[in-house]
Amino acid sequence: MLQLLYFARLRERFERDAERVALPAGVADVAGLTAWLRERGDPWVTELAPGRPVRVAVNQDMADAATPVADGDEVAFFPPVTGG
Amino acid sequence: MNDRVAEPAVTRPTRTVIRVQTDDFDVGAEMTALRAGSAAIGAVASFVGVCRDRNDGADVAGMTLEHYPGMTERALAKIADEARGRWDVIDIAMVHRVGPLRPTDQIVLVIVTSAHRGEAFAACEFLMDYLKTRAPFWKQEATPDGLRWVDARTSDDAAAERWR
Repeated sequence: MLQLLYFARLRERFERDAERVALPAGVADVAGLTAWLRERGDPWVTELAPGRPVRVAVNQDMADAATPVADGDEVAFFPPVTGG
Repeated sequence: MNDRVAEPAVTRPTRTVIRVQTDDFDVGAEMTALRAGSAAIGAVASFVGVCRDRNDGADVAGMTLEHYPGMTERALAKIADEARGRWDVIDIAMVHRVGPLRPTDQIVLVIVTSAHRGEAFAACEFLMDYLKTRAPFWKQEATPDGLRWVDARTSDDAAAERWR
């Protein structure tokens, strides 16, 4: 299973702050997981479209498209941060 | 014989204080607590971020700060470690508020102690620049047109980029 988390604007657009999903077949990295989420259609395909300002963290460390994703991981999707 | 022998300089482990809280903080109390017990400290630099009543051309009645519990503390600890790798600092404190805030409220506090001011000033600015671009906090503002998520600023990215 994967624990998926959503924050700020993405939490609102996806109407959820977390969900548990089985690791999709063939998904091995952040790029693959993002593409799998886009298959859900709108708003996923819009918010997670290539070029949109979305950041991803895997197990609470900032990740990029090539970061591996494995069973048991916590993967968070959020907009660029605006603290301080 | 004089009773007033010179006190030896107190040595103690360095401190790294990282807190995310809804409550306000007392800058003076935080500073006093952070540097207590170390006679090696010759400089204390600090930064306080405050909620304004205007942003991006709109009146702001207040804001709500959201964060990613767990990752936030982890990200701040990594930023503090990075500062220690770059400058000879003694103590670091990073306190960030979350939840509802109103104009004039304090948002964030960074304090750095060191032997000399140059290290403390530089590390304090670095910590804020990295906090703004790497720690998972998000601001939502209340404006006359409703709630809006604050967009990340390219100027903040540029500020963080200077330290590369």
